[in-house]
Amino acid sequence: MRVALFITCVNDTLYPRTGQATVALLRRLGVDVEFPAQQTCCGQMHYNTGYRRQAEPLVRGFAEAFAGYDAIVAPSGSCAAMVRDVHPRIAGRSMGRVPRDRVAEVVPKVYELSEFLVDVLRVTDVGAYFPHRVTYHPTCHSLRLLRVGDRPLRLLRAVRGLDLVELEGADECCGFGGAFAVKNPAVSAAMCSDKVRHAADTGAEVLCAADNSCLMHIGGTLERQRAGVRTLHLAEILASTQDDPHGSGWADGERSPA
Amino acid sequence: MTAVHLGMPAFPSFPEAAEAATTDAQLRRNLRNATHTIRDKRARAVAELSDWAGLRAAAAAIKNRTLRHLDHYLLQLEEAVTKAGGRVHWAIDAADANRIVAELVKATGETHVVKVKSMATQEIGLNEALAAEGITAYETDLAELIVQLGDDRPSHILVPAIHRNRSEIREIFVRAMGRWGRAAPDGLTDRPADLAEAARLHLREKFLSAKVAVSGANFMVAETGTLVVVESEGNGRMCLTLPETLISVVGIEKIVPTWQDLEVYLQLLPRSSTAERMNPYTSTWTGTAEGDGPREFHLVLLDNGRTGALADQVGRQALRCIRCSACLNVCPVYERAGGHAYGSAYPGPIGAILTPQLRGITSALDASLPYASSLCGACYEVCPVAIDIPEVLVHLRERVAETGKGHPAERTAMRAARWVLEDPARLARAQRLATRARRFRPRHLPGPAAAWTDTREVPRIPEESFRDWWRRTQGGGPRAGGGPAGKGGR
Ligand code: SF4
Repeated sequence: MRVALFITCVNDTLYPRTGQATVALLRRLGVDVEFPAQQTCCGQMHYNTGYRRQAEPLVRGFAEAFAGYDAIVAPSGSCAAMVRDVHPRIAGRSMGRVPRDRVAEVVPKVYELSEFLVDVLRVTDVGAYFPHRVTYHPTCHSLRLLRVGDRPLRLLRAVRGLDLVELEGADECCGFGGAFAVKNPAVSAAMCSDKVRHAADTGAEVLCAADNSCLMHIGGTLERQRAGVRTLHLAEILASTQDDPHGSGWADGERSPA
Repeated sequence: MTAVHLGMPAFPSFPEAAEAATTDAQLRRNLRNATHTIRDKRARAVAELSDWAGLRAAAAAIKNRTLRHLDHYLLQLEEAVTKAGGRVHWAIDAADANRIVAELVKATGETHVVKVKSMATQEIGLNEALAAEGITAYETDLAELIVQLGDDRPSHILVPAIHRNRSEIREIFVRAMGRWGRAAPDGLTDRPADLAEAARLHLREKFLSAKVAVSGANFMVAETGTLVVVESEGNGRMCLTLPETLISVVGIEKIVPTWQDLEVYLQLLPRSSTAERMNPYTSTWTGTAEGDGPREFHLVLLDNGRTGALADQVGRQALRCIRCSACLNVCPVYERAGGHAYGSAYPGPIGAILTPQLRGITSALDASLPYASSLCGACYEVCPVAIDIPEVLVHLRERVAETGKGHPAERTAMRAARWVLEDPARLARAQRLATRARRFRPRHLPGPAAAWTDTREVPRIPEESFRDWWRRTQGGGPRAGGGPAGKGGR
């Protein structure tokens, strides 16, 4: 099975550690993951802001970069949803500028990380160790577009040492929404401050999600409010092991999971 | 054509109106309590039905087919209504509809009408138009009454006074009932039963004296020319049966072909809106009947921008809406912004996609509505007729961006971002540039980015992008199976 990592432009540029964790985790599970260097971005920002035509070359580029792989794994629910849900629509309306058949070929191969682990590799216990109190925010696109269900929770429950606590109003949007955070800052901030309050109420040290764009928004607010909770991508928790709790074997960079 | 009227004075833009609402603690508490209560009840009522998904798909399919052949069904309806003794009037826009209704009322010689709660008449601003002609319209739905007495505007489709709590309602009753008719009883408390009794006494007087009623309709059945109103209070039925003349103003998209089709919606609507298995009152009427109910019946069929929406392949799904308001009750943006911020009779997610389609995107307010969403998808999930509201929002954003209503700076930035992202080498260069500036981590950014840093820290730029790290380390050492680091990438 040829497996490709779709890092996503946000992780690539701002959260390389999440990518490093994903690579370490997959290799630990025996997957020889490749990084197709031609990849860039799924075009979500352009499409969601109303620039569908600008997203077209990115959709075409995605289909070219990932052609021929058996599985494409993305540590981002939102970008995986963009590809699965929207790329075929963009191709369909592109008057041939984006080849429909090539898009149709790669789209079913795209998995969000927890889907790939649970559905393709059929593991829930990935051998991780993370002795901390954690709460999980499902993120809207994982929840409602991909319908990942409880897969991330099953993975987290199997992590040794991890104390999983429930987040009140978990399925409510954090208020990020890309352009929304900038175009409607007051409502976005009001939504996030509720999310942050619920996170602080759990007494968790870590708020975990499978999407760094939402975590950037929530984490940025937590940090500004000095709420004492930090954010961490699911991959980074799953990559931590008893032998290497700080990920020093697989990552460089400042954000340490333990 | 005159500008399409949707029944409300415009705010400058959604973000500005919403920002004001987020600072109103009382409003936020009222909205939060109300929407969360309805939300949870709806979820339970829907979970009771094992074939909800099937019903929802059927409801979407029936409306789609009906909208495709709307011309046919409208003529069929007109014929059936006429045969049953009613008269059909066609109104191209709000001004047209208001003129027709005013003339019909004047022909009766009356200066007072009672009203059944109706979105269509709010949309066209009928009460104000009638007032200008010297005709007073009395709202008889309890919540609409509260809004009218409070000289206020509705903020929710189903619960127009959702932004008011009961002590505010008591105050409004005490202050204003006397001006409109029977005054509130002395010593009125804010117990719900007392408030309801005060409203009952006030309204009873209106029902018994009114000669003309104005209504909307939830559905129109084309095969028999039957109109349908569903409600909880019974006040609607009073208006529909007691007066001598009944005038119904209904959007052309409210048609269902047959009674069998109607059955699907009568299951979906109460569970989605009030979380009831069945609504307490379902009134149906077909033209006029000798010795029973109104002697005269007029149906005003309202276009007011609907034909334009119908022509849009993505946007037309908004015309399937049955105004259940489930999308409002789950919307995190509506909950914080309140209904008034949407600047039309249609608040919440459905308003954000309907208003710009009916009214166009010429004003700053209407151009801001498609962005009044984080695209979280909660609305689509609960919509009983499966309107993909996020899809339509994004589609309308495209229209805003294309018609030059968008920000020129935004367009330039999007083009520049696309140019960088189109080519991995350019992306890598941009990432290295950012890395070099990483020591500089501003707490406050200028321009539109200030919207981010007002409440959040900006993320740290890492020392190295993932892409560069992979190139340098071939993915960080030994590959799966313990072999040497391979070639990584292709
Ligand atoms: S859009 Fe759907 S959920 Fe919203 S009011 Fe209309 S029918 Fe109900």
